[in-house]
Order: sequence, then structure tokens, then C-alpha cells
Amino acid sequence: MGAILTVTNLVKSFGGIAAVRDVSVNVEEGSISSIIGPNGAGKTTLFNLLTGIYKPDSGSIMFNGQSLVGKRPDQVNKAGMSRTFQNIRLFPSMTVIENVMVGMHSRLKISLFDAIVRTKKFYEQEAHVVEKAHRLLKFVGIDEHANEISRNLPYGDQRRIEVARALASDPKLVLLDEPTAGMNPQESTEAMNLFRKIRDELGVTVVLIEHDMRVVMGISEYIAVLDYGQKISEGTPNDVRNDPRVIEAYLGRRTTSTEAAQ
Amino acid sequence: MSTTATVQDRPVAPKANTLELVQQSWIYRFLLFPIGQMLIFIAGATILLTVIAYAIAIAFPAPNPNIDLVTQINRQLPGMIISGVSIGFVYSMIALGYTLVYGVLQFINFAHSELFMVGSATGFVVMKALEDNGVLKEWNPILMILFMLVCAMTVSGILAMLMERIAYRPLRGAPRLVPLITAIGISFFLIDFVRAGFAITRNEFNLTYPVRSLEMFATPVRVAIGETTVNVRTTSIMIIISAVIMLVILNYIVNGTKLGRGIRAVAQDQTMSGLLGVNVNLMISLTFLIGGAFGGAAGMLFGMNVGTITPYVGFLPGLKAFTAAVLGGIGNITGALLGGLTIGIVEAFLNGVLVYYPALGQRYTDILTFSVLILILIFRPTGILGKRVDEKV
Repeated sequence: MGAILTVTNLVKSFGGIAAVRDVSVNVEEGSISSIIGPNGAGKTTLFNLLTGIYKPDSGSIMFNGQSLVGKRPDQVNKAGMSRTFQNIRLFPSMTVIENVMVGMHSRLKISLFDAIVRTKKFYEQEAHVVEKAHRLLKFVGIDEHANEISRNLPYGDQRRIEVARALASDPKLVLLDEPTAGMNPQESTEAMNLFRKIRDELGVTVVLIEHDMRVVMGISEYIAVLDYGQKISEGTPNDVRNDPRVIEAYLGRRTTSTEAAQ
Repeated sequence: MSTTATVQDRPVAPKANTLELVQQSWIYRFLLFPIGQMLIFIAGATILLTVIAYAIAIAFPAPNPNIDLVTQINRQLPGMIISGVSIGFVYSMIALGYTLVYGVLQFINFAHSELFMVGSATGFVVMKALEDNGVLKEWNPILMILFMLVCAMTVSGILAMLMERIAYRPLRGAPRLVPLITAIGISFFLIDFVRAGFAITRNEFNLTYPVRSLEMFATPVRVAIGETTVNVRTTSIMIIISAVIMLVILNYIVNGTKLGRGIRAVAQDQTMSGLLGVNVNLMISLTFLIGGAFGGAAGMLFGMNVGTITPYVGFLPGLKAFTAAVLGGIGNITGALLGGLTIGIVEAFLNGVLVYYPALGQRYTDILTFSVLILILIFRPTGILGKRVDEKV
């Protein structure tokens, strides 16, 4: 399979600080990839560039055969890329199912006229939307809470709603920003199974930002490591684990005995 | 994925009883619920104010010994309630414009009162044109009101959209004070633009709706309640009916359609809505369109009710509607309805009672109404139904 997402020489600075410097990444279609790096390495900035929240200073983003540079977030979503956030960003006063239905917004072809006159088309679409939302909620395992207000659900369930919502627009690729942050080992194992299910059953390419090395090493087929905005390593989990530059970025440089003596 | 599934196929919660089924049906959600809500608000405000009015009448007898205030209130009560409810609905419809825009942009559109004024002027132009062409008396009155409403709503709605596109969108992201001052500038511009327009074309800007020439509106309906008869103005009934229909439609649009879902999503989290494929700019434009259309409709109904308007007519109702929006909790649609009805009924009661105290007089109505705004801002800045604003990331 070919690359679904090709990022070439992407640059973004804020003031004088380069948050992303010359980053190039290839994501294979149907893969599970991770982007890792210490805090402040530019991972979330990279996601924000991909999804159109920030405009890159230079470089190109090719997704599924089209350029995403200069596209608005809703256009990026239409192109088939959706994401979740590090801190949960649900619509807190909507019900769970409504949250998922917002995710289908761009896929719905229905006019206000249809809705007010309640035409046959409206009923069909509405039934389809409701049915699909329930199917997605079942997929992530929280369908029994469909009609509850989302802010009343526990943290782990809110994460699941976010995933269901990100899948609602039938994306080709989902970007998950620290999806297991704050989860205990049991919950993060369940989350890993869910990510595999997303790829295997829905055929959606998954890209994660993740700090939990157990998750990263256990699930990823490809890993890119960022530090100070630059890509310092990439490859399979094994390659990355043994790369001295990665160890340095995470643990600091090993002081040799001669240096220590001085 | 099958598209033949119907809504009834949705998995029902195991404990679904009849009440839940009723609540899920759209007749309840989009018809009975909003109308019930309005009735509860009206009843609540009326009962509260009636008690207060009698308390005042007993505690402070009128200075003129020939007048027994309690019997006066007895006689006036039905009239006060009806005029309070009708002006209350006008305030609610204007307050909705403030609240909708505040909901999506966290910004008070102080030029909204001018959308009301433009709606009112449009209503006049249309009605005058009908009269000049001699068709005013031939048309079915309901059809005519509908036509005037549609014209006023279209003009005000499109004007609101233009306002957002030209003046507010370029300022998005600027400090909060900047669009606020812009709004005041737009407000002045519109007032003088309309005034100049009428000054040039008609050489006057006191615009009198040709309402009196219609028999239907000239004579009030007499309703007998017990021993007293109450004169109910036809325009009051017209306002109440139109407002109820429009508010039901608005509730449906906001809570039952894809457009409403988009608007609510943008109100809660703009960035996230964009990422989910909602066109944020379009939703903001449509919010202005809906708010403007409601303001325009309110202006036209208000014009029919008072008879004569000027380009300055927007100021006071606009300010009172703003008070109403704050009273109910700004950003909250139900709150705008509650606040508008409350302010309207308070005003009608004050008008009815203050006239018996010559030292105060009806002019104190406005002063006391705006004291409500000050009291809310001191004691409950989030309004009656408002909640602490969710943390914005």
C-alpha cells in the first residue's frame, strides 16, 4: 500500500521560536503510526498544522492525493482527516449521541427546507444518522449512555465519545492526540484494542501522539520521534528503541567517565 | 449500512416507560414543550407581579382619596396581563438576537436594536406601498401581516449578515472592546442612513403605519370577564400569535435540525466544530441571519402596535431587550424568552400602577425597569437561567 499522508519539509515558527523545523513524515495507508517526543517537541503543533488550525510557513502536506496547505479545518475534515485533542473537547452540554451527530455534519446533505417541511428525505437521513451514531457508540462500547449529557460521564467514557465523534465523518485517517493520557494500565490496554479495531474493522489509518511507551511500542508499526521541532529518528519500534539519539533526547546524554572526571 | 432503518428502530433503553416515549416524540419536544414553557413563564411572572401589585396597593394607598387602588387593579388586571405579554414577546424576540450572537461569538451586538428599527421601517414601507396601490383593504389581513413579516425579516436578516461579514468578521480575534465600539458605530450609521433615506424620499421621518384605515385594527375586541369588559387590541393578539409560532419554529431549528446542531456546536467550541467539518463562518453568518430576522419581525410587529415610529425607535426597546437577555442569562435561548416576558409584564404592571401616584407617574417605568438590570448585574450576573461559563480552552 502507498503513503496516504506525505509531509515534506514542514516549517512553523512562532515569533523567533521554530516549533516545527523541516519535518518530513510518511504515513502508510492502513497503518498504525505514532509520533513521540519529549514535552514541547512540537507534536501537537504538527497535528495543528495538519488539520488546518495553523498555516505552515513552508513545506507541503499531501493527503490522499491533494494538498492540505491553506485549507480550513472543515475542509481538511471533508478531505477525510479527523482528530481528537489532548484535553477532552466534547460539546459539554450536548448529549452523547448529539456529539457524534455533529461529527457527521459535513456528510449530511439536508437543507433547512427539508427539515421544516419534514420531507421523506429528512426522515430517511435522520433515521440513517441516528442509526449510524448508535453503531459508532456501540463500536467504542458506550451505546448505553447515548442520551446522557456528555459532561456527566466519567473521563474514560468521554475519551471514547471523542473517538466515536472523530470516526463519524467516515475519515480515512484519524489523528489521536494522547488518547490514553490519564488512563490506568487496564484502561489503556482496552484503548489499544480499540485502536486496532479501528484499523482492522473500519480500515482507517491511525496516527497517535503518545507518551505511554507500553502503548507506543505495543501498537505502532512506524514511529517518528520529534525533539525541539526536528525529526531525530524514525522507523519500527525496535529501530527507535535502540537509536542513541532517542535515548539522549529522553534521558539526556550519557556522561562518559572522562567527562565526569573533569 | 442500511438507509431503510427508521427512527423507531433505535435501541430503546431497557427501562423505557410511556413517559420516556412521550418525551422522545417530536410533538412533545418541538410543540408541547416550548409552548408549555412559555405558558409557565407567563403564569409565573403574572402571579408574582399580581401579588406585588396588590401588596403595593394595600401598603401605599393612592394619594387621591377618591380612588380605591385595589378595585382599580381588579379592573385593569386582564388588560395589563395581555399588554404585558404582547410587549414581552416583542422583547423576547429582540433578546433572542442578542443572545444567539453572544452564544456563538461572546460579543454583544449593540447594533441589534437598529435591525429592529430597520424591520420596523421596512414594515412601514411595505404597508404604505400596499395602501398607495389601493390593495391594502382588499388583501386578506392575515396574508398581509405574513407578507409584511417576511419582508421585514428578509431585510433585517440580510442586513445582519452583511453587518457580520463587513464589520465584525475582519475584527474577529481583536480585543473585545473593538467590535463593541464598531457595533455602536454601525448603530449610528444605520440610524442616520434610514433617517436620511426617509428625509429625502418623504421629507419627514415620523412614519405612521396606515393601521387605522383597517377596520380590523381600528376597533379593539371586547372580551367580557365577569362584570368588567376588557378591550383587547387586535395588534396584541397578532403579536402573541406570530411570536408563539416563530418561537416554536426557532426552537425546532435550534434543537431539531442539522443547522441548529452546527450552531450549538460552534457556540460551545469553535475550533473543534471546524475540525469536525462544520463550516464555522457559515454558521456564524446564519446565526446573524436568524437573529436579525427575529429582530426585524419584532420591529414590524412593534410598529403595527404603536402606530408611529421614527429612525430612533430602536434604542429603548433594544436596551430593554438587552436587559431581558441579561435577566434570563445571556447566551441562553430559554433565558431570553423568560427575560423578555418578565420585563414586558413588569413594565405593563408598572404602567398600570404608577399612573395613580402623580408624584412618580408612568415615566418612572423605564427607570424601574432598568434598575432590574443593575440589580441583576450586582447580585446574579449570570442571569436567572445562566450558568457559569464553561472554561474555554
